[in-house]
Amino acid sequence: MSATTTSMAADRFLGAPLVATGGPEWLRELRGEGARRFAATGLPTPRLEAWKFTDLRGLGRLSFSPAQDAIDIQAVAVGRGLLLDIDGPRLMFIDGRFCAALSRLENLPAGVEMMPLSALLANEPGRARALLGEGLADDGQPMVALNAAGLEEGAVIRIGRGTRVEKPLVVVCIGGASAEATASRPRHRIEVEDGAEVSILEHHAGPVAATAFMNQVTDISVGAGATVRHGVLQDAAGGAYDLSTVRVRVGRDAVYESFTFAVGARLFRNDARVRLQGKGASCRVSGAYLLRGEQHCDNATVIEHEQPNTTSREVFKGVVDGRARGIFQGRIVVHPGADKTDGHQMSKAILLSSEATANAKPELEIFADDVKCSHGATVGELDRSAMFYLRSRGIPEARARGLLVEAFIAEALEEISDERLRDVFVARAARWYEEVPS
Amino acid sequence: MTSLLDIRGLRVAVDGKQILAGIDLRVEAGEVHAIMGPNGSGKSTLAYVLAGREGYEPTGGEVLYRGKNLFDMSPEERAAEGVFLAFQYPVEIPGVPNNTFLKEAVNAVRRYRGEDELDAMQFIKLMRVKIKELGIKDDMLKRAVNVGFSGGEKKRNEVLQMAVLEPRLAILDETDSGLDIDALKAVADGVNALRSAERGMLMITHYQRLLDYIVPDHVHVLAGGRIVRSGDKNLARELEKTGYAEFTGAAA
Ligand SMILES: Nc1ncnc2c1ncn2[C@@H]1O[C@H](COP(=O)(O)OP(=O)(O)O)[C@@H](O)[C@H]1O
Ligand SMILES: [Mg+2]
Repeated sequence: MSATTTSMAADRFLGAPLVATGGPEWLRELRGEGARRFAATGLPTPRLEAWKFTDLRGLGRLSFSPAQDAIDIQAVAVGRGLLLDIDGPRLMFIDGRFCAALSRLENLPAGVEMMPLSALLANEPGRARALLGEGLADDGQPMVALNAAGLEEGAVIRIGRGTRVEKPLVVVCIGGASAEATASRPRHRIEVEDGAEVSILEHHAGPVAATAFMNQVTDISVGAGATVRHGVLQDAAGGAYDLSTVRVRVGRDAVYESFTFAVGARLFRNDARVRLQGKGASCRVSGAYLLRGEQHCDNATVIEHEQPNTTSREVFKGVVDGRARGIFQGRIVVHPGADKTDGHQMSKAILLSSEATANAKPELEIFADDVKCSHGATVGELDRSAMFYLRSRGIPEARARGLLVEAFIAEALEEISDERLRDVFVARAARWYEEVPS
Repeated sequence: MTSLLDIRGLRVAVDGKQILAGIDLRVEAGEVHAIMGPNGSGKSTLAYVLAGREGYEPTGGEVLYRGKNLFDMSPEERAAEGVFLAFQYPVEIPGVPNNTFLKEAVNAVRRYRGEDELDAMQFIKLMRVKIKELGIKDDMLKRAVNVGFSGGEKKRNEVLQMAVLEPRLAILDETDSGLDIDALKAVADGVNALRSAERGMLMITHYQRLLDYIVPDHVHVLAGGRIVRSGDKNLARELEKTGYAEFTGAAA
């Protein structure tokens, strides 16, 4: 394959010719390498085991216009309309571009660095290179390669050793703020040093009527004894293809807790890979999805127990209506020597219509001794007797369904230890229940 | 004058199997009817079909409730129109607090009837009065609907729902079974408190015991999907002595 066709293949999904994006030579090389790797595979297809439930042909048919260089007035207005009611520092990206007007970076607490990647590239290119250089290790994942091919912007967050950050840090990515379909590929890099503690809320947003392609990669490192609570509110544009990859390294006795709450997007892929790299490290990787219409939500998690005495817990619950489809794929790998590992995984889905689907695929690969691993998956309907009981007391069918769905999802939301994050999801869920068509 | 409930030649099938084979029964406002009968005779089937449970299909006859075809109404409409079924086996609903459930029910029915919804304070006041009357502990309102309730608590919870929804036609399906004497008295008090000239009741029971506390105007024996005998309260006493053997024989 010639160099030109190679870069064209990635260009197709970047909405801009690669040569137009500048930066230092190492960055251009990194993009070129990403483009080459992506061209070799193209978009993932269901023939790949990890993508067996998700077909991206719809995305392949779209075309994208270049994102605006400057954030225009209309985009800012759209962004303002989508802001969550949560205070504290904030980074805002609109169609992949940093929006200073809607960001809140003044008065950051001591020990907290938070800035757009473009600022780091401009001011401290050496540090940017150190942070991103290893990020190219794309694990053979086409979406990470594509993200690298268009790498230019994202959130950079560093929490200094021992710093306990009081308020959640919010990172907002809006896709679809302009009239035309846009493509963005944010690259977030979050470093939490030893003993630090922080809550981070990622908000994927967009207007209901818009189309967008968001292909983000979030790399998180959790230092020894540190705690990271990572919430993701996926409420992207109704026509969005939101492909998100989260890669986490968890150090000795450190805790990583994530909750991905998905209500938006035409298609959402939540690729989460957590490596428990220090003794005593633990993670809780959970989520909930509320789908209807033609929505598709694929949660694909991989937990790697690389050291002894590491624990993982996953709880995913979903409610699927219309012709939508919800998926949970959970792989737990216990490496040789990772003795006394404890891994637990649970997936439960409720189908509200006869055309809705849910799939669960647990995979356990255990190469160590004295390991406790369990998994369970259920797919069912709302309890008919409970529905009748509620209706026999005068509660209309739609409301009865809403009450049962709410109770079902509430159990998953219990997994979140930071109630400020939980409140954001509870509020969004309440809106979804009210939208339940009767 | 139209009857409160007028059941004419009602036949019902469950899973394609005929369970009720032609029931005729009329309940006027102000009356209490007891329905007795051996296990499996179709008592609960009658209760469910009146409340609108799916899977209980009328295959013949008709039921008029205050002159209207009951089968034209959804379960929630029937409830809002004043039909109430106290379940033989109340359903557990994990994750839905009893309080929330009761408030949703009361306000749904009030909305239907064109009345203002109760706000949080008004609702709490109403509940305080009702739980005191029925000897129900506070914490039963906070727990999930019927989850972890004892048999007696479940039955009291049914009567509590009935008390707050104030139905016109109350159908009680073995609300007395499995209760100790105190619980039985509390349940009977709750039911008697609702007795009025505008209300009718259908009390399904296996034992005559309940009828010592709630004295019926009419007693019917259901066996093999038919009402095989009707009489006044003395029929219940007679059955207490003779049992249902003669009817199960007849039904077979
Ligand atoms: N859901 C059901 N599916 C199949 N058969 C049922 C169902 N419910 C009741 N039946 C049958 O209908 C008959 C009457 O049951 P039921 O109405 O519960 O009687 P009772 O309440 O008088 O004990 C029994 O033979 C029972 O097995
Ligand atoms: Mg019964």
